[in-house]
Amino acid sequence: MSRKRWKLDGWTLVSLLCFLYFAVFFIYPITRILISSVYDAATNTFDFSYFIKFFSKKYYTNTIINSLKVTVLATVFTCVAGTALAYVTRTVKIKFKSTLDILLIISVVSPPFIGAYSWITLLGRQGVLTKIINQVFHITYQGIYGFAGILLVFTIKLIPLVYLYVSGALKSMDSSLSEAAESLGAVGWRKIKDIVIPLVLPTILASGLLVFMRIMADFGTPKLIGEGYRTLPTLIYDSFVGDLSADKRLAATISVIVVLFTTVIFLVQRYVSNRKQIEMTGMHPIEPRAEKGFKNILCHFYVYLCVFLAMLPTLVVLHNSFRNTKGTIYLPGYSLNNYKKAFSTMGRAITNTYLYSFAAILLVVIIGVIIAYTSVRRKNKLTNVLDVISMFPYIIPGSVLGISLILAFNKKPLLLSGTALIIIMAYVIRRLPYTIRSSSAILRQIDLGVEEASQSLGANPVKTFFAVTLPMMASGILSGAIMSWLSIISELSASVMLWVTSTQTLSIAIYFQVMDGNYGVASALSSILILTTIIVLLLFFKITGKREIEL
Amino acid sequence: MSVSIDIQHAVKRFGDKTIIPDLSLHIEEGEFFTLLGSSGCGKTTLLRMIAGFNSIEGGEFYFNEKRINDLQPYKRNIGMVFQNYAVFPHMSAGKNVGYGLKQRQVKEPEFSRRVDEILNVMQIQELKDRMPANMSGGQQQRIALARAIVIQPDVLLMDEPLSNLDAKLRVEMRLAIKRIQNQFKITTLYVTHDQEEALSMSDRIAVMNHGVIQQIGKPMTIYSHPRNLFVATFIGQSNLFDAEVVECEGKKALKFFDGSLQVMPRLQSSVPVGTPVKVVIRPNEIDFADQGIVGMIVETIYLGAEIRYTVNLENGQTVEVSHDIKRRFAQNGEVVHLAFDHTRANAFDAQTELSLMEEK
Repeated sequence: MSRKRWKLDGWTLVSLLCFLYFAVFFIYPITRILISSVYDAATNTFDFSYFIKFFSKKYYTNTIINSLKVTVLATVFTCVAGTALAYVTRTVKIKFKSTLDILLIISVVSPPFIGAYSWITLLGRQGVLTKIINQVFHITYQGIYGFAGILLVFTIKLIPLVYLYVSGALKSMDSSLSEAAESLGAVGWRKIKDIVIPLVLPTILASGLLVFMRIMADFGTPKLIGEGYRTLPTLIYDSFVGDLSADKRLAATISVIVVLFTTVIFLVQRYVSNRKQIEMTGMHPIEPRAEKGFKNILCHFYVYLCVFLAMLPTLVVLHNSFRNTKGTIYLPGYSLNNYKKAFSTMGRAITNTYLYSFAAILLVVIIGVIIAYTSVRRKNKLTNVLDVISMFPYIIPGSVLGISLILAFNKKPLLLSGTALIIIMAYVIRRLPYTIRSSSAILRQIDLGVEEASQSLGANPVKTFFAVTLPMMASGILSGAIMSWLSIISELSASVMLWVTSTQTLSIAIYFQVMDGNYGVASALSSILILTTIIVLLLFFKITGKREIEL
Repeated sequence: MSVSIDIQHAVKRFGDKTIIPDLSLHIEEGEFFTLLGSSGCGKTTLLRMIAGFNSIEGGEFYFNEKRINDLQPYKRNIGMVFQNYAVFPHMSAGKNVGYGLKQRQVKEPEFSRRVDEILNVMQIQELKDRMPANMSGGQQQRIALARAIVIQPDVLLMDEPLSNLDAKLRVEMRLAIKRIQNQFKITTLYVTHDQEEALSMSDRIAVMNHGVIQQIGKPMTIYSHPRNLFVATFIGQSNLFDAEVVECEGKKALKFFDGSLQVMPRLQSSVPVGTPVKVVIRPNEIDFADQGIVGMIVETIYLGAEIRYTVNLENGQTVEVSHDIKRRFAQNGEVVHLAFDHTRANAFDAQTELSLMEEK
């Protein structure tokens, strides 16, 4: 008995290694940031003075209110509009639906901060639309900055995300449920309210949480289009790297407060959706019906509007990248000058992006599959702990992770700040929860009997894993890896804390080019990122034959 | 409140594929009517046309005198029971059952009275506050049935409601459905591919194939007097013999491949001698006798109440015979003579496949 329990098999060993990895690159940095928020280096004592300072100053409490206002409103808007979009496209025949789906997917995986930059060129001070508005109405509209701008960018950006999730859930709703409701006399809005929404509510809540977390943690958008509208991530950034007011302890304090917020939201969402959990097996999904007349036009208009707005930033950036520019001013004529300049000055950033992201994705897949496999198939205390810990990065905003990594690794013997490694580690930690979740979902769908059959035929567990389990998981892992890779190449909020000139990546370069007013180079770099995304996505569709993605 | 259903020249097309070319049907008020056929025969399609979930490409549908072609499903006052139950997973059993009443704005105390009453009738009173997630298929089906009946529908439509249940539950639910239908006298259209279900529950059955009704009749008629070869072979187990009509001592008889004769008093007198026919005889209507077609028993299967023999004939054909176990057991390898119960055998024109038997 006791011999068996203490036997150190291969899986325990790799689990321990994974645990060690998390301990070093996640638990330790997060602990450091916690300590930093309450530790006074000057007097070598612990106190809560910074928390008190934070909550007693209007300047800071307003930031919380700002963040919450933008996050809550944008989350509500995206959930309502995204759910409506999903319901319309599932029940009404829409022309070119499969093309629209691909466009929506492209807009979901395209880099988030490009939306902000692109809307500035449309509705900013010098914006194309702003000028038209001012000419037509003879006003001096100053452009959509601050609260309205952030709200606009987030809402339009994230509607497709909610759409993808809810649309998937609606697909698993059997048409007989809808028909049963109709045969009992519930139609139209009443059917939607009583049957459809309650059935997809867990999915709406889950995607709502995702949207909430993304907005709450997003750094690029409020920084670019916010123009002084402070949110928590920008406040963290400013207090951490601010030229005048760098206060690392304050940054740590705010980080802790942000994490408290996201944790509470996460737990509330968990609690609610666990209580509302519903099992559905849709054998016959609802068939979209061809509508006529006004209803048909309205549905088409709504769907096309959503897709158009979602794709607009991408189109604008691609278009701008070929225009002649001088700073923030667009000159007449088109050329490849922006690209020439981008390649000559930012070549390093481009190679860095691909290099780091490949290294990161390799680690993500290896660690992710190991943790998924051990927590599903080799349950014990260690793997359980690992499974839980590996979910924590989900609620840690990128900027907080960035700061904690710096705080942890800025001194010998663990001097990593300024290296490529620290950026890669940030990528890995941020993406791991997603890969682990999708890999364990794949594993749970694989019948244990297949593995037992392999062992009964004489293959030992290790051989079974490589010969049977892993090949069966492979396609799922690959598609998950591609999606992770796409989100890594556009990662900004953690890496913007960690970069130095030699480790600059595309997304960081774009951010600073926009901040410095080099719109031309920024749009060329953005286009490189967007085109990479689109090509990889289309390749992915081609190879898998699917038209859907798992985020 | 029950209605009669009248369907005249119904047509159903999916794209350019015609599922139902031209179908007419009349279902009496309060009748338990079954559409029986294998999958893809159009029976579910027809049911969904009556429910309003499938479009109608042609023909007229009436509930009593009311034309329902263009009526929305929710205005037809139908109760529908689905193959996969379609119990709302986010509502308790009681909420599920009360849902239709709520849509009809039935107020308390009538609301609770009716819900409780139907739960009692279906014997699922104790499930009232439970969620469907952990219920058995049989329990979910009872909820679905209660939900459909509580609104006092004009028509009850059931689409293979028992096909997802295990054998024992299926028999139990069969009785429950029949009992409820008797009690409420709701006009019921029942779709199934299970002939035992159809025979045991229905007042009348329509056997369908390729969107065409092959025969409509009482279960007994369908079973003992099939109108054509399809119905004869679809319902029950059958042995099929080739034979020829001959005259024997002034009576019509059949001559089989080995020259043996079988008198067939029920054969239509108009059938000319020499007509090639197909004879359908069920396994339990074949006896071992002193004379008749010669064969050898190659397999015997004991099934408790009966025993089944597989008999090989000289021309290579195999025949299934089933006997009550009270009879003498025959052994494998035994040579036997097969005799048919001529009152029960059915003969069909080999070309048209239509019955050649006198109407009863």
